[in-house]
Amino acid sequence: MSDSSAAGHGQSSSPTGSDETPGSLTTADGTPLKVSLRRAESRARRKAFFLVLPLLAFLLITFAIPIGQMISRSVRNPEVADYLPKTAAAIQAWDGQEVPPEAVFAAMADDMKVGLENRTLGRAAARINREIPGARSTVLGTARDLDEMSPPYKEAFIAEDEDWENLEFWSLIKRETRTITPVYYLLAFDYEYSPQGEIVERPESYQVYRMLFLRTAWMSLLITSLCILLGYPIAHLLATLPLKSSNLLMILVLLPFWTSLLVRTSAWIVLLQQQGVLNDTLVWLGVIDDNNRIRMIYNQIGTIIAMTHILLPFMILPLYSVMKTIPPSYMRAARSLGATQLRAFVTVYMPLTIPGLAAGVLLVFILAIGYYITPALVGGDTGIFISNLIAQNMTGSTAQLRLAAALATILLLAVLVLYWAFNKLVGVDRLKFG
Amino acid sequence: MSLPAYAGTGERIWYYSYRIICALIFLFLIFPILVIVPLSFNAEPYFTFTEKMLSFDPAGYSLRWYEDLLGSEEWLFSIRNSFIISISSTIVSTSLGTLAALGLSRRHMPFRAAITALLISPMIVPLIITAAALFSFYARVNLANTFFAIIMAHVVLGTPFVVITVTAAMSSFDEQLLRASASLGANQVTTFFKIILPLLLPGVIAGGLFAFITSLDEVVVVIFLAGPEQTPMTVRMFSGLREEISPTILALASILVAMSILLLTAMELLRRRGEKLRGIKG
Amino acid sequence: MRTTAKSVSLAMAASVVALAAAQAQDKSLTIVSWGGAYTESQDKAYHQPFAEQTGTKILQEDKSAQALAGIRSQVEAGNVTWDVVDMLQADAKRACDEGLIMEIPADEWLAPGPNGEPASEDFIEGTLGDCFVPQILYATMFAYDTEAFPDGGPQTIADIWDTEKFPGTRALQNIPQKNLEWALIADGVSPDEVYDVLATQEGQDRAFEKLGEIRDNVIWWSEGAQPPQMLADGEATIATAYNGRIFNAQVNEDQPFEIMWDGQMFEVDGWVVPVDTGNEELIKEYLKFATDTQRLADQAKYISYAPARKSSVPLIGKHAELGIDMMPHMPTADGNFDNAVQFNTDFWADYGDSLEERFNAWLAQ
Repeated sequence: MSDSSAAGHGQSSSPTGSDETPGSLTTADGTPLKVSLRRAESRARRKAFFLVLPLLAFLLITFAIPIGQMISRSVRNPEVADYLPKTAAAIQAWDGQEVPPEAVFAAMADDMKVGLENRTLGRAAARINREIPGARSTVLGTARDLDEMSPPYKEAFIAEDEDWENLEFWSLIKRETRTITPVYYLLAFDYEYSPQGEIVERPESYQVYRMLFLRTAWMSLLITSLCILLGYPIAHLLATLPLKSSNLLMILVLLPFWTSLLVRTSAWIVLLQQQGVLNDTLVWLGVIDDNNRIRMIYNQIGTIIAMTHILLPFMILPLYSVMKTIPPSYMRAARSLGATQLRAFVTVYMPLTIPGLAAGVLLVFILAIGYYITPALVGGDTGIFISNLIAQNMTGSTAQLRLAAALATILLLAVLVLYWAFNKLVGVDRLKFG
Repeated sequence: MSLPAYAGTGERIWYYSYRIICALIFLFLIFPILVIVPLSFNAEPYFTFTEKMLSFDPAGYSLRWYEDLLGSEEWLFSIRNSFIISISSTIVSTSLGTLAALGLSRRHMPFRAAITALLISPMIVPLIITAAALFSFYARVNLANTFFAIIMAHVVLGTPFVVITVTAAMSSFDEQLLRASASLGANQVTTFFKIILPLLLPGVIAGGLFAFITSLDEVVVVIFLAGPEQTPMTVRMFSGLREEISPTILALASILVAMSILLLTAMELLRRRGEKLRGIKG
Repeated sequence: MRTTAKSVSLAMAASVVALAAAQAQDKSLTIVSWGGAYTESQDKAYHQPFAEQTGTKILQEDKSAQALAGIRSQVEAGNVTWDVVDMLQADAKRACDEGLIMEIPADEWLAPGPNGEPASEDFIEGTLGDCFVPQILYATMFAYDTEAFPDGGPQTIADIWDTEKFPGTRALQNIPQKNLEWALIADGVSPDEVYDVLATQEGQDRAFEKLGEIRDNVIWWSEGAQPPQMLADGEATIATAYNGRIFNAQVNEDQPFEIMWDGQMFEVDGWVVPVDTGNEELIKEYLKFATDTQRLADQAKYISYAPARKSSVPLIGKHAELGIDMMPHMPTADGNFDNAVQFNTDFWADYGDSLEERFNAWLAQ
C-alpha cells in the first residue's frame, strides 16, 4: 500500500516536464515518457490493489484481528488486580520475609466487602485456588465471617484460618497482581512458578502439554510418511498411465477428497470398531476369537489410519501434477545409457519429483498438526492431539481460556513457520486442487 | 506405461506386484466410503453386515434409517440450516474471492506474494484456532449464535479456495485475447463479459463449489458459534458420533456421498469445458 | 461485474433476514441441559406444558457438560444467550461465588408446597443453593451386562477392581470426580473418610495408583448416553453410568443390564440462571412452573431420578408409558440407598481444578 501511494504522491508533486533534461522522450501531450509510464503503472497498481482490497479488509477485520485478540488474551491476568485492587496496591511494598503488616490485611478486608457485595470475590478466589487448592475456601470463608470480625484484621484473619499466616499464599497474591503474565506459556510447556517465585518444572503427574506437542508432531510425521508411502506409487501410476485410464482412476482419489470429513471419519468408526466390519470379518475368517476382538479404534491406531486416509489426496495431487510434467523419454534415455530400471528411477526420476514431494509433505504435515475432529472422534484418550487439549481448555468445567489461547498461539506459530517454509520452497500460488 | 517387450522376469514380477499394490491402495481410498452405503440400508441397528444382508435376503435391507432421517423434524431443520449457511457464505466468498483473484492476476499487483499468502492463510490456520478466535470476537460484538456470524466465518474459510482456483484459471489466460478483442473494437465492458467471464466462469464455479462443500462440511467453528436455532447437520452428526452412533447417521452419510459424486461430476465437466474453451485438447 | 454486485447484495440481504429472524423471537427461552433421555423427560414434564400454557418457544441446547465454561465466557464477553441452565450443584456453587449466575430467593421465586409451606422448607435439606434450584437427586453407579456374567456380576466396589473374577472392559467417565472416590473405597478407605484422604497428597497418589491398576481394562466415556450404548455394543461389560440412563435401557430397550447399587454416589442437579439475560420475568415464570410439586413428580414418570421436593415423593407413581412402578428404581429407595456415598460438592469446588488437571495429564499419557 505504502509503495503505490508513495508513487502516486511523487507523480502529482513533480511539475510536468519542467525539470526534465532536454532531449528526453515525450508523449504526444508533452509529458515525458518516463513520467507517463510511471503514472500508468501506478494507476495499474492501484487498480489491481483495489480489486483485492475488499477481501483483504474483510479478512483483516474478521480473521486477523480476532486472532490478534486471542494472542493478547494469552498473557492477560486481570483477576487479582481487578477484584482485589486495594490489596494489590498495599502488597507492593511487602518484602515477602514475614507475614504482611496490618495495612495489607485491612486492604484485603475492604476488598472482600466490596467483592462480596458485587459477587466478584469468587473470581479472584478462583484464580488463586488454581495455584493453591483450598485457597478458595480460605478467601470466601473468611469473607463470609467478616461481619463478625473487628480490626486489627491480621489477628482476626489468622484466627479464622491459618492459611493467612502462610507466606507462600501471600507471595502468590503478590505475584498474581501482575496483569501481564507469562504463566500460561509456562504452563503450556509444563513449567510453573515455585512458591519462591522461581520458574520450575511442574510435578511429573501434572505434565502433559510438552508430551502432547511432541505426540502431535511425531504422529503427524508418521501420517505424512504413510501418505508418501501410499501416495507416491499412486501418483506415479496416474502420471504414467494413458490419459483415459488415469482420468478414470483419478476419480478414486478425488471422490474421498470431495467427501465430507465427518462421513469419512464415521466410515472408519464403522470399519474399525470392535463390533465393526473388519473385526467381524476377522472373526468369521477364524483369524481371531470372538472374545478377543482387536481394538483398532479409540486409540493412536485409529487416529493414524483415519487421518492417513483423509490426508492422502493432499499428497497425491501435488505429486501427480509434478510427475505429469516429467517426460517419459528421460527414463528411456537413462535405460539406453545402461542404467537398470531401479537406478534410472532413483537417480533420474525421483529427483525430478522433489518439488511435488515437498509440496505434499508440507501440506499434509501442516494440516495434520492442527487436526481436531478426527482425533476427537477416533483417538480415544491416547490418540488425541494438541488441538483437542485446546478445545478441552475452552469448554471443560475447569476450562482455562487463557491457557487455551497460549496453547493456540504456540500451535499457530509452528504452523506459520511451516507455512512460510512452504511459501519459500513451493509457493502458495502453486497450490491447486483437482 | 505398458510393459516393454524386452522386460526380464524380474521386471515382469515387479510390474505386476506394483499393479497389485496400487490396486490395494485404491481400495484403501475408496472402500471405507463405499462400505457405508449398503450398511445404511441395514434392517438391524448394527454397523456391520448381517447374515441376511450377505445372503442378499431382501428382509435384511430396509429404508428405515432414511425414513428416520427424513421424518425427523430436528434433522430436517439442521439440514436446512446447513444449506442456508453454505449457500449464503458461498455467494459472498465467491464474489470477494473472484475479485481478489482478478487483482492478484494483474501484472502490476503490488506485494503479490505477501498478500496471496495472507489470503490463503485461513486454509492453513488450524480450525480450532480460528474457532477460538472467532468465538470470542463475535461474542464481544454480540453476534455469537447468529447466522450472520457463522456465515461470515465460513466466508473466511471459503475464500482461499476461490482465490486459488480462479487465480489458476487466470494464469492460463492468454492476454493476447484482450488485445485481439480491443483491436476488433470492443470496449472494456464488452471484453469482460464476452471474453474474460466465459473463460473464467469454470474456475469461478469450481471455486464456488469448493467454498460450498467447505462450508457444508465444516464442524469446528460451528460447534462454537452456532446456537440451537442455527445448529447445522454437521454439529448434530458430530455429537451423534460422539454419543450414540445410530445408523441414521449412515443414511445421511450415504446421501452426502451421493452428493459428492454429483459435485465431482460437475467439476469434471467444468474442467473439460474450460479446456475446450482454451483450445487445449483434453 | 453486475452479477457479482447483485449476488453480494443478495447474500447480504439473506444474512440480514436470518439475523432478524434469530432476534425476532421475543418470547422464547433457551434452556441448556444434558441431552438424551434426561432432556426428553424435562421436555415432557416441564417444557411442553409450559409452552402450551404460555405460548413460549423453548429452544434446547445439550451443553450442560460445558455449562460452567459456557456461562463464564458468555458473561465475560457480555453476550449471554442462555436463559436457564441445568447444572451440577458443585459447578453452581462456583458460578455463584464468581457472580456468573443470579441469586435466586427461593421463597419469593418458587412455588410453595401443597400445604402452603415456603419452598425453602419443601426442598430436601442442603439441596437449595443461593443461586441454585434443585430438581432431582440422581446416582452415578456401576452397572453391568448380565449376559457377560452368567455366574453373577460384581456386587461391591472391590469386585470392580477384580479383573480376574470379573473380566472385561470397564467404561468410566473421563473425569476425576467419583472415579477417585471409588478407587479409594476399593483400596479399603471407608466411605466417610474418602474426602479427608483425598485432600492429602498421599491420598491423591494412592487414588491415582489404584485407578492405574485397572487402566488397561478401561475405556472412557464423556456423555451420559454413551455407557448404555457401550454395554449394548459389547464394547464394555461393566460401566459407570447415571442411574436413569440404565433404567431407560432396561425398560425401553429390554437390555439385560443390572445396576450395582453398592457405593452409588448421589448428587443434586438443578437449574441456574446466568446474569444479564434480560429475560428475567419469563425465566421466573418458567422456574416457578417447572419446579413446583406436581411438575417435579411428573418428571419421575419418565426417568428414575428422585424429585428434590419432599412433597413430590408421595406423588411418584408409575412410568408414563410402560406402567412400571417407579419408586423401586429411584436411587433413594430402600435397599438402593444402603451403601450410598454423598458426593461432596465443597471438596470438589476447592480441589476440582488441580485434580482435574492431574487427571487429564494422567489420561493423556
